[in-house]
Amino acid sequence: MTGSKTSDRGFRVPQPPARPGEAPDFSNFDFGEPGKLPLLDAEAPVEAFEPFHDGLLRVLDMDGKAHGDWASMVSEEDLKEALTAMIRTRAFDQRMMRAQRQGKTSFYMQCLGEEAIAVGCALALRDGDMHFPTYRQQGILFVNGIDPEAMMNQIYSNKKDPLEGKQLPVLYSFKDNGFFTISGNLGTQWPQAVGWAMASAIKGDDKIAMAYIGDGATAEGDWHQGNLFASVYRAPVILSVVNNQWAISTTSAFAGADKNTFATRMASYGLPALRVDGNDIIAVIAATRLAAERARAGLGAVAIEFLTYRGGAHSTSDDPTKYRPKEELGSWPLGDPLDRLKQHMTVSGLMTDEEIAALEEAAEKEMREAENRAEEVGLVHAGEGADPAKMFEKVYEEMPGRLLEQKKEAGF
Amino acid sequence: MNMIEAIRDAHDVAMERDDDVVVFGEDAGYFGGVFRCTAGLQEKYGANRCFDSPIAESGIVGTGIGMAAYGLKPVIEIQFADYITPAYDQISQEAARMRYRSNGEFTCPIVIRTPTGGGIYGGQTHSQSPEAIFTHVCGLKVVIPSNPYDAKGLLLASIEDPDPVIFLEPKRLYNGPFEGYHDRALKGWKDHEDGKVPEGYYTVPLGKAKTVRAGKDVTVLCYGNMVHVCEAAQAESGVDAEIIDLRSLIPLDLEAIEASVKKTGRCVIVHEATKTSGFGGELMSLVQERCFYHLEAPIVRVTGWDTPYPHAQEWTYFPGPKRVGDALKKVVEAK
Ligand SMILES: Cc1ncc(C[n+]2csc(CCOP(=O)(O)OP(=O)(O)O)c2C)c(N)n1
Repeated sequence: MTGSKTSDRGFRVPQPPARPGEAPDFSNFDFGEPGKLPLLDAEAPVEAFEPFHDGLLRVLDMDGKAHGDWASMVSEEDLKEALTAMIRTRAFDQRMMRAQRQGKTSFYMQCLGEEAIAVGCALALRDGDMHFPTYRQQGILFVNGIDPEAMMNQIYSNKKDPLEGKQLPVLYSFKDNGFFTISGNLGTQWPQAVGWAMASAIKGDDKIAMAYIGDGATAEGDWHQGNLFASVYRAPVILSVVNNQWAISTTSAFAGADKNTFATRMASYGLPALRVDGNDIIAVIAATRLAAERARAGLGAVAIEFLTYRGGAHSTSDDPTKYRPKEELGSWPLGDPLDRLKQHMTVSGLMTDEEIAALEEAAEKEMREAENRAEEVGLVHAGEGADPAKMFEKVYEEMPGRLLEQKKEAGF
Repeated sequence: MNMIEAIRDAHDVAMERDDDVVVFGEDAGYFGGVFRCTAGLQEKYGANRCFDSPIAESGIVGTGIGMAAYGLKPVIEIQFADYITPAYDQISQEAARMRYRSNGEFTCPIVIRTPTGGGIYGGQTHSQSPEAIFTHVCGLKVVIPSNPYDAKGLLLASIEDPDPVIFLEPKRLYNGPFEGYHDRALKGWKDHEDGKVPEGYYTVPLGKAKTVRAGKDVTVLCYGNMVHVCEAAQAESGVDAEIIDLRSLIPLDLEAIEASVKKTGRCVIVHEATKTSGFGGELMSLVQERCFYHLEAPIVRVTGWDTPYPHAQEWTYFPGPKRVGDALKKVVEAK
C-alpha cells in the first residue's frame, strides 16, 4: 500500500510520499521476503489465497537467487524465452522512443520497468487464449511471435500498417497472436475479457482470457462490473491489475490503493486473488500459470495484482519530473525486472554474461533492421501514410450508401 | 401474436437455428423478462443460453462485446432504454468501433434490445426515446419496429446482421397498436393485419422502409409509436398523406424517402423523441438536400417537446393525432 501525506481529519486530497526535489520514499510498502509464501495448488480453496492479498508473492531475491516452491513452476526454457522476449521488448521501446524524438512518429508509450509482467503472462498462457491488454503490454507480442516491423508499421501509420492508418500509434490489434484490439477508452477491455471467457465456458471450450488494467483505471466502473461478472459467472479469466503506482501524474491512492491492496479488493468479490512482485519474472510466470490452470479446470476467475513501478514517462507527451522525484525509479526496492532476470541467469549458471550480451546485440540489430524496413515503407509524418480511401472501409461489414456517397465526395 | 410474443418467438427461432445465440439481461433468464419477451427460453435452451444478469448495464454490454469477439451472437436486453446510458461507453466507443479500429480483425455482431418510448405514464425514466444518441454513432445500426410482424422479422435480421444493432421496442405497442388515445380501449393485435405473425423463420431486411399508406399530398416520415398516431391523424384530418414507417434509422431507406417526397412535394416528420438534435433534424436535412427543388412547403417536425418526459403532463407531451393532424393540414395548405 502506498501512503499519502495528509492530516487525519477532514477533506483530503491524497499526495504521493514524495514530490520533485524530495527524497523518494517507499517506506509504506511491506515487501515481505522471497520464498516465504506457500505454493498453492490450482484446486486450492479460495481461503488459501488470503495470505496473498496483502502479502507479496516473490521468488527472486535482490541478488538473483530463487527461493521457495513457486520456483518449481518455471523451467529453464521459460526463463530463456522470457529473457529474450524482455530484451527484445526493451530494445523495441528504445528504438521507438528514439524514433519519436526524431519525429518519425508523434506518439509512443514504453513499458520500461514493467516488461516482466506482459512477457511472463504471455508465457503462462497458450495459443488460442486471448489477452485483453492495455497500451502497456507490448511484451505479449514478443512472446506471441509478432514481427516487430508490423508493430512499427502501425506506429508509423504507413501503407503496410495492419490497421491501415485508422488507429493511434501503439493501439495494436493482432488477433492471430492472441492480442485483442486496444481501445483508447480505459477499462473497457476488462468486462470484455470476462465476456470472452464466459463465451468460452458456455461453449465448453478450454480457452481462457486474460485482462489487464492499470492501477488508475481500476477507478472506472468497468473494473467493478467486470470483477462482479467474473465472480458471478465463474468465468475462466485472469484479471490482472498492473499497479505501477502512477496514472499519468496521480498516484494509485486516487484509485484507493492506500486503503486496500487491489488484490484485497478483487478478493472482496469472492475471487481468489494474488499479489505478486511484478518485477520478478519467476513469480509472474508461476502465479499466472497457477491462475491459468485453475481457470482451465473450470474453477473460475483468478485475480492478480502485479506490483511494479512505471519506469518511464506516461507517454512521449508526458514529463514526470514535474510531479515525482527523478530518483524514484533508481530507488524502487523491487529494482529492474530485466536486470534481476539477467542476474538470476548468471548467478544460477544458466547463462553467461557473454551470452546475454549477444542476445542484447541481436535484439538491437533486429529492431534496427525492422525499423529500417518500416521506415522504407513510409512514415505518416513524411506524408507517406496509409491509403486515405481506406478511411471509409470497415465501419460496417458492407459500406452503406451514405458512406459510399461521402467517399465519392472526398474524391475516392 | 402480440409484439411481445413475436419478439419472444424471434428469440426462439434464432436460438433453435444457431447454437451461438445467447440471450441475457436483467430478469431476462428464469423470469423471462419484465415484459416477458424472453419467457420460457431458459427452460427450453438451458441457463447457458439464456440467463439473468447483474444490474450493471456497462457490464452487460461489455461482456456481450467480449462474447461477440469470441464468436457468439449475444442478444442483450436492457430493461428500459432510459437505462442504457450506463452502457453508452461500451456501445459507442467499443461495440460500434470494434470492426473499424481493428481493421476487421474483431467484429461485434450483438443485438441490444430495449423497450423505448412513452405513452405509459412512465415518467422521466420509463419513457424516453434515445434513438438519436445512437444514430449519431458511426458503426451502429438502429432499428425500431411498429408491429409484431416487423418486430419478429427485423429482430431475426438484426441477430443475423454482422454489425451491432440497437433494437428499440416501443413498449406502448407491445399489446396493441396505439393511436394516441389513452381514453379509448386498446384494440390489441389480434385483428390487426400485422398481428398475423408466421411461424418459424423469416426476416424483414434492415434498411427498407414500409409505405403504410400511399397518398399524394404529403409524405409523413415516422417510426415506432408514431406510425399508428400518424395513421389516426391522417384518417381524422382527411389529408391524403403517404405514411412511411422507416423501420430502421440506420441504415436508412433514402430511396423510399426521396421517391415519396419528390412525388408529394411536402413532408412532415414525426417522432416522440425531443426535438432539438433529434433524428427528425437529420431527416429534415436529408430531405432538404435531396428534394429541395420538389418541395412546395417548408418541412415540418412534430416531436416531443424539449423537456424531460413528464408524468402528469403525459398527453400534452406525447405527439398525438391532433398535433400531427394540424401539421398535416398546415403543410398541405401552405402555398
Ligand atoms: C475513459 C478514459 N479516461 C481518461 C483517459 C486518459 N488517460 C489515458 S492513460 C491515463 C492514465 C491511466 O493510468 P493507469 O490505469 O494507472 O495505467 P498506466 O498508464 O499507469 O499504465 C488516462 C487518465 C482515457 N484514455 N480513457
